[in-house]
Amino acid sequence: MKKIINMPENVVDEMINGLALAYPQYVERIEGFDVIKRTDKKVGKVALISGGGSGHEPSHAGFVGEGMLDAAVCGAVFTSPTPDQVFEAIKAVQTEEGVLLIIKNYTGDVMNFEMAMEMAEAEGIKCDKVVIADDVAVMNSTWTIGRRGIAGAVLLHKIVGAAAESGKSLEEVKAIAEKVIANVRTMGIALTPCIVPEAGKPSFTLEDDEMEVGLGIHGEPGVSRMKIMPADEIIETLLDKVLADNPLAQGDEAVVLVNGLGGTPLMELFIANRKVNEMLTSKGVKIYNTIVGEFMTSIEMAGLSVSILKLDGELKALFSAKADTPAYKAFG
Amino acid sequence: MANAELIKNIILQMAQEIEGNKEYLTGLDAAIGDNDHGINMNKGFKNAVIKINGLGSQSISEIIKAAGMAMISHVGGSAGPLYGTLFLKAAGAAKDKDEIGLLDFTQMLREGIDGVKARGKSERHEKTMLDVLIPALEALEESAVAGGSAKQAFEKALAAAEEGVLYTKTIVATKGRASYLGERSLGHIDPGAMSSCLLIKAIYDLL
Repeated sequence: MKKIINMPENVVDEMINGLALAYPQYVERIEGFDVIKRTDKKVGKVALISGGGSGHEPSHAGFVGEGMLDAAVCGAVFTSPTPDQVFEAIKAVQTEEGVLLIIKNYTGDVMNFEMAMEMAEAEGIKCDKVVIADDVAVMNSTWTIGRRGIAGAVLLHKIVGAAAESGKSLEEVKAIAEKVIANVRTMGIALTPCIVPEAGKPSFTLEDDEMEVGLGIHGEPGVSRMKIMPADEIIETLLDKVLADNPLAQGDEAVVLVNGLGGTPLMELFIANRKVNEMLTSKGVKIYNTIVGEFMTSIEMAGLSVSILKLDGELKALFSAKADTPAYKAFG
Repeated sequence: MANAELIKNIILQMAQEIEGNKEYLTGLDAAIGDNDHGINMNKGFKNAVIKINGLGSQSISEIIKAAGMAMISHVGGSAGPLYGTLFLKAAGAAKDKDEIGLLDFTQMLREGIDGVKARGKSERHEKTMLDVLIPALEALEESAVAGGSAKQAFEKALAAAEEGVLYTKTIVATKGRASYLGERSLGHIDPGAMSSCLLIKAIYDLL
C-alpha cells in the first residue's frame, strides 16, 4: 500500500479537518463528530442530510452548501456512519420544515440512518427519508436487498437541494426526490481494485487484461468479469443496460454524468463521454447537460460509471437552479 | 450459569477472540463484501471493553447494554446496528437478574435474534449471522429441556454454530452486500456468520 496518509485509523478524521479548512466559507465540522454542515444554517427550508462511508470524496461532504446539502455524515472508509453521528447531524441542521435523509441503498446505510431517524422522531423532530438505488448492474428482485445507490446520488443531491432551497414542504421535496430516483440509472466498470487504508491490501485482484463489470463503489467485486475492451465498447455495454432499464425515446431530455472512480484520468472520461453523447444523440435524445469528472469515487480505483437522468420540466428547472458548494457549482 | 462478573469476562473474551481473528474476518469480507468486517468488529469490541471497564459494579443487563451501545456507536456498516440490536435486546431480557441460568440465556438470545431479524428484515438461510445464531439457539433450547451443564449445552451450541458457518458456504447470499454477487457468493463463508460463531466460542471457553 502506497498512500499519502499518516496513521490509517486517522484518515477520516484528518480528511474531514482538511476539508473544513479548505472551504470555511461553505462548511464547518461539528466539533467531536464526523459531520460536515453548512456554515450558514439555513432556516425556513427542509434540511437535507446525506452521507455514507468515506472514500467517495468529494461525496458527500463536498456537496454541502447552498442549493444542495445541509449536512453530510462521514462514516469510516466504505462503512456507513453510526446512528449517533447521523442523529447529531439531524439535531444540528433540523428546521421546523423538517429533515430529509438521503440514503444510498446499502443494508448498513439504511439500518443506521433508520435508527437515527427513530432517535430523532423520539425527540419530536420531523424527519423522513428517501433511498436511492440507481445501479442497474444489480438485478432487483424479491430475493435481494435491491439495487445499490451509486453516482446517481449526486444528481439527486443537486435536484432535491434546489427543491428544498426553494422553500417546498417536506412532502413536496420527498416527492421530487422519489421522481429523481425513479428516473436515474447508473452502471460502472473498474480496471483496478482499491485499497481501504486500514485493510492495507486490495479487496480483489484483476489481471492486466481484465475489467470488473457492474461493481459498486466500495471495492466490492462486480457482477461479472470480462476482458478489457476499447472505450467505445465499454460504453456500449454500460449504456445498453442503463437504457434497457430506463428507456429514452426520441425527443426526451437527459442529464449525463460520466463519473471517474478516483484513478482514471479526465482524458479517458472525456473519451467515454464522446461515445455516450454519440449513442444518445443517435437515438434522438436531447442532452440537456453533461457532467464529467470525479463526484462519487471509490478511493483510487480506476474505472468509471455512467449515469443517465431522464428529465421533465420540473426536474430541468431544479437541475438548473443555483448551487454553490465546494464540489458542485451551478450558476442558476 | 453466570453472574455479572462472568458476563463481563465473557465480553472481554469475545473482544480477544475478535481481535485475534480480525484479519481473518476482514479477509472473508474481502471475498464477498467490502473488506472491513474484522476491522469494524474489533473497533466495536475495543470500545465495548473500555465502556464496560469504566462501569464499576453493574448488573448483567447494564454490562450487556454497554456492549450493545458500543457496537451501535463504533462498528458502523450493517454489523453495528445488527450486533448492537442483538446485545441490547439480550440486555433487555436480562433486566433485574443478578444471575442467569441456561433458560434465561436462551430467552435473551431468542429476543436478540428476533431483534436482528426485525432490524435486518431477514430470516435464516440468507447467508447471514442468523444461520449461526438460530442453530446455536436451537441447540441451547434442546439442552435446556434435556438437562445437563451449561458447558455441555454450549459445546453443542458451538458445534451447531460451526456447522452453520460451513452451511453459509453452500448457499447464495440474499441479504447484505454479498447479495450483489449472486451466484458468485457461493463457496464463501459469510463473515457475519463467522463472527457470531466466534462470540459463541468465547462463551463456551469461559464456562
